[in-house]
Amino acid sequence: MRGREGWINGALAAALLIVPLALHLAGEVYYVNLASRVVIVALAAVGLNLALGYGGMVSFGHAAFFGIGGYVAGISAHHAILGTSFLGLSTTTEMPLIWLISVLLAGVVALAIGAISLRTKGVYFIMITLAFAQMLYYFAISFPAYGGEDGLPIYVRNTFPGLNTFDPITFYGICVVALFACLFLTARIMGSRFGAALDMAHLSETRLATAGIAPFNIRLTAFVISAMMTALAGALFADLNGFVSPSMMSWHRSGEIMVIVILGGVGRLWGPVAGAIAFVLLETFLGGLTERWGLFLGLILLGTVLFARGGIMGLIAGKARHD
Amino acid sequence: MTEVLRITGLAKSFGALKATDDVSLTLNAGEIHALIGPNGAGKSTLIGQIAGWIVPDAGTITLEGADITGLSVAARAKAGLGRTFQVSTLAMDRTARQNVRIAAQARAGSSFRFWGQVAQDQGLRDAVDQVLGDVQMLDQADTPIAELSHGARRRVEVACALALEPKLLLLDEPMAGLGQDGTQEMTALLARLKSRIPILLVEHDMDAVFALAGRISVLVNGAVIASGPPDVIRTDPAVRTAYLGED
Repeated sequence: MRGREGWINGALAAALLIVPLALHLAGEVYYVNLASRVVIVALAAVGLNLALGYGGMVSFGHAAFFGIGGYVAGISAHHAILGTSFLGLSTTTEMPLIWLISVLLAGVVALAIGAISLRTKGVYFIMITLAFAQMLYYFAISFPAYGGEDGLPIYVRNTFPGLNTFDPITFYGICVVALFACLFLTARIMGSRFGAALDMAHLSETRLATAGIAPFNIRLTAFVISAMMTALAGALFADLNGFVSPSMMSWHRSGEIMVIVILGGVGRLWGPVAGAIAFVLLETFLGGLTERWGLFLGLILLGTVLFARGGIMGLIAGKARHD
Repeated sequence: MTEVLRITGLAKSFGALKATDDVSLTLNAGEIHALIGPNGAGKSTLIGQIAGWIVPDAGTITLEGADITGLSVAARAKAGLGRTFQVSTLAMDRTARQNVRIAAQARAGSSFRFWGQVAQDQGLRDAVDQVLGDVQMLDQADTPIAELSHGARRRVEVACALALEPKLLLLDEPMAGLGQDGTQEMTALLARLKSRIPILLVEHDMDAVFALAGRISVLVNGAVIASGPPDVIRTDPAVRTAYLGED
């Protein structure tokens, strides 16, 4: 992490720490919550970036994992508050435990989806991941016990030992720590032997196989880790909104996470953060001016893909370094 | 002489086309065995089967006595088969060091290590430096492949194969596209390597083949029509008509 990209990453980190605190001191609760939203979608995109950016696996189904995280948080809170049990198990409102279950469940589901999807490539991979996500989406819709199409409210935000999660700035703090932790983890992974293998699986599969490393296993593992991070974001997202619905799993959501990765800069560590900031701000402020903000987002995305392949990070920091 | 690779009765058909027709050959320690043949003779199909990309219809391939016919590409590489490609498969945006390091890390154990940083791994660094030195690429170790000359890329490919500490090298037209200097350099490099690692060499450059090879096998229409020392092959009438005469 050297040169201009390092400075930009530092500036983004500083902004994530300082701006919400300033908003909090100014009493702008709405904007503190907006900052939480930025950080959570950034986290979801950090997850996807591992698969899409570093691994070259264009998953159009990451909303499934986002939704799994959301539903674990929602269903767990639902039962815990009503005092009922889930399949005979008592549930929890403790965030750390909810996160653990979210991440593990998403990991198991990603293992199954990945094991099948990763046998295909290119457009087929995109379509199969989309198909799996749609299956889970309709599964969520068809479950009246958990709100079906209407979704499931989380009446009381889940708790974290020793912290008051109702306090917007505290909740933001939890989200930002989760984001930083996943960014740090991604940096470690990409600098490791596994990261080197994933990079080569992306760039030259033949070279990797010829070196004696089976590309499939490397990809599948990265896909699972990627899904786990996105699921953690989903659990936080449900708690932010106090609500979980099938829309968390819709293909729109998958597209949104993908747009954030591409907008920020594919395969750049802090790209998803830059992308999430740009996306949520556009959505909020442009969306406040016109209902057709999507048109402008589309134009910006088109411009990014045509003229700035490195996304925002590429535009500001130049070509990625790999050492 | 120790036999490193043995191919027995290998056959592969694509429809009515016999791309590999009952091919048997061996590679011994310390030798370069060249495989020549006109275009369309089935050299690529044969290489594909040895490397594991193509599944043969019949026959067996053994590496130091162990049957590797059913193994995947990655498993064969692990078993000691190092190879280079006719068309470069190096990652263009990465440095020579990074390309070679993948092979070195595969050799050094599992790639399912998520924490330790490769850039700080002195063992890996030494292993990479060693093979880059072998192919005289140490001074360009940190140059991206895209910025290297064609000849330099070829040498990095060989370094990647060497980093596996292979039991044999399978080189698919390593001289292809090299100028005269490049071909001479590569010839000298292979001559240096052969005592350490036996080489199965597929090559079109006849000067290089006759300079390097201890044995030559001639493949025509999927079948080996002649096999022996260079002097015998040079004068073999069948070979002359089928191949050398047309050159």
